[in-house]
Amino acid sequence: MTTQILHARLKAHPDSHTVERSLATGGYTALRRALQEMSPQKVMEEVKASGILGRGGADFGTGMKWESIPAGSFPRYVVVNADEGEPGTFKDRELIERDPHQLIEGIALTCFAVDAEKAFIYCRGEFRLGHARLAQAIAEATERGFLGRDILGSGRNIEIVLHRGAGAYVCGEETALLSSLEGYRGEPRLRPPHPTVAGLYAKPTVVNNVETLSNVPWIVNNGGAAYAALGTERSKGNRIFSLSGCVNRPGNYEVELGTPFRDLIYNHGGGIRDGNDIKFFVPGGGSAPWYGPDRLDLPLDMAEVKANGSMLGSGAVMVADSEVCAVRSALNLVRFFDHESCGQCTPCREGCGWMTQILTRIEEGTGRAVDLDLLLDVSDNIAPQWRWGQWPYLMTTICYVGPSASVAAVSAVTMFREEFEQHVTERGCPLRREHARAQ
Amino acid sequence: MHSDLARQPVPRTWSAVDDAEVVTVTVDGQEIQAPKGMLLIEAAERHGVYIPRFCWHNRMKPVAMCRMCMVQVEGMRGLPTACTVPIADGMKVDTQGELVQKAQDGVLEFLLINHPLDCPVCDRGGECPLQDQTLIFGPGESRFVEEKRHYEKPIALSSLVLLDRERCVQCARCTRFGEEISGDPLIDFVERSGRTQVLTFPEQPFSSYFSGNTVQICPVGALTAAPYRFRARPWDLQASESTCTLCSVGCRMEVQSSSDRVVRHLGVDSDAVNHSWLCDKGRFGFEFLSDPDRLTTSLVKDGASFRDASWPDALDMTASRLAAAQDRVGVLGGARGTNESAYALARFARDVLGTADIDCQLGDGLPASFVAGIPSERRASINDLERARCVLVVGPDLKEELPVLFLRVRRAATALGATLVEVHPRDTGLTLVAGEVIRHRPGEAASVLDQLAGDAPDNRLNGAHAALRSGPAVVIVGRQNLAEDPAPLCAAALRLVESLPEARLLPVLRRGNAHGAIDVGCAPDVGPGRQPPPSRGRDAAEILTAAADGELDALVLVGSNPLADFPDTDLALAALDRVGFLVALDLFLTDSVREADVVFPTVGYAEQDGTVTNLEGRVTRLRARVTPPGRAIPDWAVIDQLARRLGHDLGFESAEAIGRAMVSGLPSWKGMRPWRLGRGQAHDGQLLGEGTLRYPPEAAGPPTAPAFDAYGVRVLTGRALYDNGDQVSRCPSLSRLAPSAHVALHPRELTRLGLADGDDVVLRNGKATLTLPARSDPGTPEGVGYIPFPHAAPLISVGEAVTEARLETVS
Repeated sequence: MTTQILHARLKAHPDSHTVERSLATGGYTALRRALQEMSPQKVMEEVKASGILGRGGADFGTGMKWESIPAGSFPRYVVVNADEGEPGTFKDRELIERDPHQLIEGIALTCFAVDAEKAFIYCRGEFRLGHARLAQAIAEATERGFLGRDILGSGRNIEIVLHRGAGAYVCGEETALLSSLEGYRGEPRLRPPHPTVAGLYAKPTVVNNVETLSNVPWIVNNGGAAYAALGTERSKGNRIFSLSGCVNRPGNYEVELGTPFRDLIYNHGGGIRDGNDIKFFVPGGGSAPWYGPDRLDLPLDMAEVKANGSMLGSGAVMVADSEVCAVRSALNLVRFFDHESCGQCTPCREGCGWMTQILTRIEEGTGRAVDLDLLLDVSDNIAPQWRWGQWPYLMTTICYVGPSASVAAVSAVTMFREEFEQHVTERGCPLRREHARAQ
Repeated sequence: MHSDLARQPVPRTWSAVDDAEVVTVTVDGQEIQAPKGMLLIEAAERHGVYIPRFCWHNRMKPVAMCRMCMVQVEGMRGLPTACTVPIADGMKVDTQGELVQKAQDGVLEFLLINHPLDCPVCDRGGECPLQDQTLIFGPGESRFVEEKRHYEKPIALSSLVLLDRERCVQCARCTRFGEEISGDPLIDFVERSGRTQVLTFPEQPFSSYFSGNTVQICPVGALTAAPYRFRARPWDLQASESTCTLCSVGCRMEVQSSSDRVVRHLGVDSDAVNHSWLCDKGRFGFEFLSDPDRLTTSLVKDGASFRDASWPDALDMTASRLAAAQDRVGVLGGARGTNESAYALARFARDVLGTADIDCQLGDGLPASFVAGIPSERRASINDLERARCVLVVGPDLKEELPVLFLRVRRAATALGATLVEVHPRDTGLTLVAGEVIRHRPGEAASVLDQLAGDAPDNRLNGAHAALRSGPAVVIVGRQNLAEDPAPLCAAALRLVESLPEARLLPVLRRGNAHGAIDVGCAPDVGPGRQPPPSRGRDAAEILTAAADGELDALVLVGSNPLADFPDTDLALAALDRVGFLVALDLFLTDSVREADVVFPTVGYAEQDGTVTNLEGRVTRLRARVTPPGRAIPDWAVIDQLARRLGHDLGFESAEAIGRAMVSGLPSWKGMRPWRLGRGQAHDGQLLGEGTLRYPPEAAGPPTAPAFDAYGVRVLTGRALYDNGDQVSRCPSLSRLAPSAHVALHPRELTRLGLADGDDVVLRNGKATLTLPARSDPGTPEGVGYIPFPHAAPLISVGEAVTEARLETVS
C-alpha cells in the first residue's frame, strides 16, 4: 500500500471533514510551523523542491508558477480551481467533501508563500455537499484563527471567498474560471498575459487545483525532499486516480506515480467486469487520447504518457471493455464538448456541433461511407495535423475544449475504423445487435 | 460583456503617435516597415497584404474569436492570430502556407455551415465580408448536409436596428462596440455553444445613440438598419465621400444614393475626426432630403398664404424691398450650409446691404469672437485628446449635442488614461467615466473655472486642479445652458487655459457649420477670416430686439429658424411679426419661414458641392450626390442673384469661384486648397490658420447672477440629440425618438412638493408660468431644474445672467 498523503485522514475516519478530527490528526500543524518557524521563501522552496506538478491536468510546476508572480505587484490573489468537471474525474470532490481542512490549510500556506491576503475557491456548482462542507470548514477555520485577520498571531491576514459556479465545464479552464469569477461569461481569455501576470481583476493570480494544494501541508510538514523521494524521475509524489468504467471496483485511488496502469486497473480496481478484455482506456480524463490494451504496462507517469501520445490530465482513468461501442463512446464525449463549448471561437462552436451530428448519424445507422473521412477532416480543422499517437497537438481555437472533441473522434476512428465502417455498412451498431441476439 | 477587454491593448490612433520606433518585418517574403507594437494584421494590411478577419476591427481591442486571421510566425508554435501579435523587429510571417490555408478553409466552412445563405434577400449581399472572404480564402463548397440552425428572423432590437440571428457569425463586434466604444452595453451574448446568440436584455431595447455603427461593422447581414433595409442593392449605389452637417463635429461619411435618392450614410475612417463612427442622427438623418414638404419653388406672400412665384419676380421684389430698407436690415443664418454660402452671405451683408448686423448663431451658442479669437498655439484639435492627460469639459452634454466628440472624449478617459474633469450642473453622458465631477449651480461655472485657474482652490476641486497640471490638457468649452449668459464662462475658460502651460482650448458650437460661418464673418464681432470687424454689428438677440422695436425694416433668414431655436421665443415672435419685410432661404416652410414675405427654395447637404468647417477648424468637402428637388438652388446662388439686382457683382458664379475668393481674401484660409480636400495629404481635410482677432480674457466680468433663491430652481436647458429640429423632425426614423417635454428634478425636490414621478409641476417666474410633467432624476441636484430645449423657452429672458423659477403644485 502506497503511503497515503491525501487520503490518510479521509480513508481512516468517517468524520474526517470536521475541524475536530482534522486537529486531532495533525491538521494545521504545517500552517502553525510555517507561520512560526518559516519564511514565505522557505515554504516556496520546499514546494519547489518537492517537484510537484499541478494536478489539474496541465502538469505545470507548482513552485515555478508561484515564483512567476511579479515582485512588488499587489494585490495578488490565490484562486483554487475546484470546478472539477473533466469527464471521469471525481477526486477533488472527495477531497473537498471529506477533508476540506486539508485544502484550507494548503490555501493558507499558499497565500503565505506568495504573500497574498485573499483567496477564492471556485467550487463546481453541482457540488452541493462539497460547497456546504467548505463553507462550514471556512467558518470553523476562521473561528479558530487559521483564517481571517492576524492568523495565529502572525500579523498576517488571509481571507477565503467561496464562490459557486453555475454549471459550465469550460470554467474549469483557468482563464474562463477567472472571467466567471469576475462576473463575466465563462469564456477563456487570450494569453499572454498569463494569469500570474494579469489574472483576476487583471492582478497577479496563482490558480491551483484542489489536489495540488491539498498536498502542500504534507510537503511543509515532511519537507520537499521527502515528497520528491516518491514517484519517478520526472513525476514526483502521489496522485489520486479516479478509476471508472468497466472495472469491478471503481473509485479514487491514491497511488505513487510510476505505478503501472495495469496495477491500478487490475489490483486496485479489481479487474474488468465479467472477466472481459479491455478494449481501450482513456488514461487522463475525457480530453486525453485513448489507449489500447497494449499500453497497460506504461507507468502512471506524466512524461511517459506524453511520450506515448496522450496525457495523464486530470487523473481520470476510464476503462472500456469489449462490450463497449467505440462509436457511442466517441459520440458521448464529443457531444459533451459540444454541449460545454462556450461559443466564443468559431471552430469549437461550430465544429463540435457538426461532429456531434456526424457521429450521431453513424451511431444511429444512417451514416455514409464518406462520413468517416469527413469526421477526421472536421477534427483536423480544430486540431490541425493531429494524428493518434502524437502529443501535444496544434489548435485553431483559444482553449482546449474544441481540440478535446477532435481527440476523442480521431482516437476512436483511428483505433476502431473497422467498427465505424461496420456501423455504416450494417446500418447500426454491430455490438448492440450481437447483444440482442445473446439475450 | 467581453471578459478579456481589460487585458487587451488599446488600438492606437497611429497618425497621432509621433514617437513610435519603426521595425522591419517580413510578410510572405516581402519586407515591410511599421511602428513597433502595431498589430500584425494592421501592419500587413497597410502594406497590401490582407489577412482575412471577422472579429478584428482596427478601432477596437482584439479578441481573436473568429480565428480567421491565423498565420504562421517563425519561432511561434502553431497558428497565432495576426490580430493579437504585435510586430517586433525581424519577425518572419507566412500568411499563405499550407497549414494556414487549411485552417482558413476550415474556419470559413464552419462559419458557413449554419449560415442561411439567403444572400439574394440580404442587405449585405454584394458588399459582405463573409461573401468576399469566402471567395478568396474559402473552400468553395460545403460538406454540411444537416439541417441548419433556425431562429425567428429578423427580430427588432430597437426601432432602428434589426437582428437576424441565423446570419450572425458571433464575432462580437456589435457587443464590443457597445461596451468599449459607446459605453452603452445594451446587447450581449446569451446561451453558449452553437446556441450562442446576440440579444438585448429583457425589457431594454437597444436604444443607443450609436446603434447604427453596429450595422456598419457587422461583417455579415445579421444587423440591418430599418431606414435602409431592402431599399437598394450595393451594386446599384452611387457614393460620394462627404461630411456630416447635422452637428459641428464634421464626421467624414460616405453618402450613398440609389435612383437619385440618398439611402444610406456610412462612416469613413478618419484618424483626425470620427474613427469611422457616426451617431444615429448623422447616420439616419438623410430622410428629410426626400421629404414631400421640401420647397421646390419660390413663394411670395399673398394675404395670409403663399403663391408660387417665378425666380425673377421673387428676386426683383426682394431686391427692391432690401434696397428700400437701406442699412436697416438684419441677417440671420449661415451656420447650416457651406462655407461658400456663408462667405457669400457675409459679403452680401457687409458689401451689398452695408450692414454689420449679421449673426449665424441664434443666441444659442457662444460669443463668436471667443470662438474665432483663440490663438493657434492655444487652440486644440480633436486629436489632441489622444495625447491629453486631462480633459476638462464645461459645456453641453456632449453625448446629446456632439455625439462623436463624446466618443473621442470617452476614449481619452476610458482607454487612454486621461483624467476627465466634468464641470456641469447635472449628470451627463460623460459623468460615469469622469475622474473628477464638479457640480455647480447654473450660472456658477465661471467661478469654478476661476478657482481652478488660481493657486488655492476649494477642497473639492483639488483633484481637478492637480489633473489639469499633470501634463497636456484639453479644455472643451461649449454652451452649457441656454438659459444663461455664456460670456462669463468663455472669459473664465480663456483665463484658465492661459494659466496652464500645456493646456489647449476647444470651443464647441453645435450647429453644423457654425464654426465655418463665424470664420468667414457671419458674426457681428468677427470680420471675414478671423479678423477684428471694421465695426461691431448687432448679434441675434440685438437684431431681434431691434426688429421688435421697429428699428429694422427688413430681416434676411438663411437656413435660420429663430422661432424654434432662439431661446426667447416671445422676442423672436415679436421681431418676425413687426419687421417690415422678411425674406427666407430654406428647405422647408418652418415656423419662421411661414412668417416670411418671400421664400426661396434652397438645397441640402447632399445636393451641393462645397466645403464645411468643423469645431476644430477642419475644412472638409461636401459633395453633390443627388439632384435637388424642383427649382431649389444653393444659398450662394440666390445671394449672388440678389447682389446683382442690387448693383453688385460679387463674381460668385460657382462654389469653386467662391472658394478661390476665400483663399485669396481671408487670412485664415491662406494656403487652403479646398478643391483638393479628401485626397492624398489632405485626406482628413485641412485645419484653418489663424487671423488677428483675439478674445480678451477680461471681456466679461465676474458673473452677475443674483443670489440663489432657495424656494426655486435654476433652470438648465439644452438640446437632446433628437430634438424635433427642422431636419430631424422630417426624418421619420428619428423624429419619434425625441424626448417629450418634462422637467427633471431631484427626488427630494418632488418629495418636498408632495409629487410623484410624472405628476405635473408648475414653474413660475417673472416672465411666464409653465406646467410640465416632473421627472424624478437623482442625476439632477436639488436646486436645479432641467428642461430639454425648446420646452424651457417661455421662461427664458435674453440678457438675464441665469433663469430662475419657483416650483408650485398644480392647484
